[in-house]
Amino acid sequence: MAGERLLCTFRVANHLLGLDIAVVQEVLRRQEITRLPLSAPAVRGIINLRGHIVPAVDLRCCLSLPAEESGADRATIVVRGRDDAASLLVDEIGDVVQVVEASRERTPETVDGLARQLLHGVFPLQDRLLLELDLEEVLRVAYA
Amino acid sequence: MESMDEGILREFLAESLENAEQVERELVALEREPGDLKRIATLFRAVHSIKGTCGFFGFTKLAAVTHAGENLLGRLRSGERTHTPEMADALLALVDAVRTILGRIEATQEEGDDDFQPLIGRLAQLDAATTPAPIAEAPHADADSTSAGPTESSIRVDVHLLDRMMNLVGELVLARNQLLLEVAASDLAELPFTAQRLNHVTTDLQEMVMRTRLQPIGGLWNKLPRLARDVAAACGKSVRLDLEGAETELDRSIIEAMRDPITHLVRNAIDHGIETPAERTAGGKPAEGRLLLRAFHEGGKVQVEITDDGAGLPIERIRESALRQHLVSAERAARMTGRDWANVIFLPGFSTAERVTNVSGRGVGMDVVKNNVERVGGTIEVDSKSGEGMTVRIRIPLTLAIVPALIVTAGGERYAIPQVNLTELIRVEPSEAATCLPFAFDAPVLRYRDGLLPLLDLREVLHTPAVGDAPGRDEAVSIVVLHADGVTFGLVVDVIVASQEIVVKPLIEPLRQIAVFAGATILGDGAVALILDVPGLARHVGIGVRSGVPVAPEDATTSEAPLIPLRTVVLCHAGERWTVAIPQEQIARLEEIPRRSVERIGERALVQYRGGILPIVSLRAVLDLHGSPESADARWLGDRDPLPVVVHEREGRSIGFVVDSIVEIVEERIAVNASPAARAGFSGAIVVRGSVTELLDLERLLGSTPIGLEHTPAHAGKER
Repeated sequence: MAGERLLCTFRVANHLLGLDIAVVQEVLRRQEITRLPLSAPAVRGIINLRGHIVPAVDLRCCLSLPAEESGADRATIVVRGRDDAASLLVDEIGDVVQVVEASRERTPETVDGLARQLLHGVFPLQDRLLLELDLEEVLRVAYA
Repeated sequence: MESMDEGILREFLAESLENAEQVERELVALEREPGDLKRIATLFRAVHSIKGTCGFFGFTKLAAVTHAGENLLGRLRSGERTHTPEMADALLALVDAVRTILGRIEATQEEGDDDFQPLIGRLAQLDAATTPAPIAEAPHADADSTSAGPTESSIRVDVHLLDRMMNLVGELVLARNQLLLEVAASDLAELPFTAQRLNHVTTDLQEMVMRTRLQPIGGLWNKLPRLARDVAAACGKSVRLDLEGAETELDRSIIEAMRDPITHLVRNAIDHGIETPAERTAGGKPAEGRLLLRAFHEGGKVQVEITDDGAGLPIERIRESALRQHLVSAERAARMTGRDWANVIFLPGFSTAERVTNVSGRGVGMDVVKNNVERVGGTIEVDSKSGEGMTVRIRIPLTLAIVPALIVTAGGERYAIPQVNLTELIRVEPSEAATCLPFAFDAPVLRYRDGLLPLLDLREVLHTPAVGDAPGRDEAVSIVVLHADGVTFGLVVDVIVASQEIVVKPLIEPLRQIAVFAGATILGDGAVALILDVPGLARHVGIGVRSGVPVAPEDATTSEAPLIPLRTVVLCHAGERWTVAIPQEQIARLEEIPRRSVERIGERALVQYRGGILPIVSLRAVLDLHGSPESADARWLGDRDPLPVVVHEREGRSIGFVVDSIVEIVEERIAVNASPAARAGFSGAIVVRGSVTELLDLERLLGSTPIGLEHTPAHAGKER
């Protein structure tokens, strides 16, 4: 059916977030992160992705969420931004979910500030909401 | 579809640019031999093919300009016209016009709205006129016109090189498969051999891949005849330019980086170095000056020499103005030789020019040339003989992708510092801290030789979290003395780990805003280390341009350096580009042993020596440095004859280490930085002649390898 898309989903704090699988390159377990001093706060450091140096972006920081609770099992999603690859730090990887573009709702007015700017839209699933991130916006904010 | 068109367009641009370059080259050559019909034919073909292809894209201006040039060249080719300097000028102007249009097309995909009618008219006039037409405007090649042209973004790679790389990748895959199998079967006995094979293949592959990026320096040379011609004409001088070693290869990015400095040096040599024909004849020299550019490989680097037979540097005047401008202290001046004075021209703010001409008086001084050269890890020096001319010598690395670096830690994190920026390693014991590390107000400074250096703490600069391995108050402090862009400062680090060659990986664009890092590298254990950008670091903390003490390496032995004891080390090449230092006290003798006197008993090599038997081994094999497959075999002794041998004695027994070559014996104030992470056989790192060198400890080496003085078991060499 036309307008169907696949989103790669993941959890950050208690939010279910998603990105179009077209921009997701791979999903990795927790990676060794080298701290990058003097960088923007959302850039946690850099990782070695088979010889490529890729920045590690802390999604919690981008979304103004409290820092991770200790022992949160973090995973890494490697994404292809418009210019370069980046990796996003998330709490947990979810399923790949099929959504219908027509069912996308605008981000509710009650979601405020930065987070609102970073969301592309909201898909109401059966039991919860799936928030789709705007990748370019996320990376722009993270590097700023 | 669009991308395919873009591809064709890019190809057209690259090809037309190459053709334009060829036209320029041939035109300048034609001036020397005006009747050379072969050259005229080549010129005609090159202009014709630009015209031919641009019709396909509908670039009418380009077509019109090249058409006019083609007509004129057609007449030349058929012999209806003879070549005149006016024609050369007009045709060179045509090359400039073609470059301008190509540059516009690259930027905007359009031809732009420059008006080339006057040029077309001039070409047509020359084509029709029986007498040469007056010159409307003299063509002038300046740096801007070449940089405005399209930049080449593709390179051509030798097919054989690709074949060999492919072959190596195949080997790499095999070695990996074998390794996986062995690990699965836990066949540990074979593991060292497989690891070694993997090591060799990887090293060779890295070398091959690096070589694909290399290009002949000829690409840069090509632009110079035209430049020399125009500059000489502008100064009223007659100059013959000779270019040698155009086939010398180095990395594209370095060739690009050398473009401005070399252009500047050529201008300078013609404008200031070579005299006018009248002056030359009066001085008994040929009226035509000679400018020679030579490029060649030496010791893993590329050397470029720019030699003119002009007046040489006015040493007296340099001395006067340097002293007047306080660029050199009177105390130091007393010790300086003529050659030292010649090199004063590289100090920031120095100028010898009595008059500023429009050719080289563009505010770009020799200090800028020096900075540009140093930025790519090169060095520059000048040699001058009054009345006979001068030579500028530039030494540059083959590539920027792999650089020698020093690994240090700060707050438990590892950082790489490029060796080009390194001056010295200093270790201050707690007992000396009060005298050597005084405070000026709150700013720590380092008492260094006869001056004070600003001191930075890497942990503070990078806001690293406090971690356990940071030395406490009562421990020795490790300081790395760094220089860049005329600034010298000390950097306090936690531990100096090792010196190694690193592969530079750029950071992605948004992260490059952090000026203190030049990139990142992946260390042997897979961890990532950031590479410090020393000039960026200095700017970041606001160390002024002139606040540092000018560093003159020749001062090292003459000035007082109370902290550092005088030591003698022998520098040897253990591999092609690998220099190690051996403390003199561990060496009994240095010998040269003819190959024919080497005898073999099984796996061991022996020579009869001083009435006894001396076992000899290849140092390279023992260290297994950058091994070619042969070097892994202890029987392999290199290919020199006689063999340079370092003889070591212990408890009345001797062993000879065969090295690639013995470089020199150095007596300097050398601070040894003992490092817990030093590799087996090494006791630390020292700075000799401006670069970090690992200090070998032969005692330790013998302790850690089975190659002993005693009865060596078979295969000992292989198993290290």
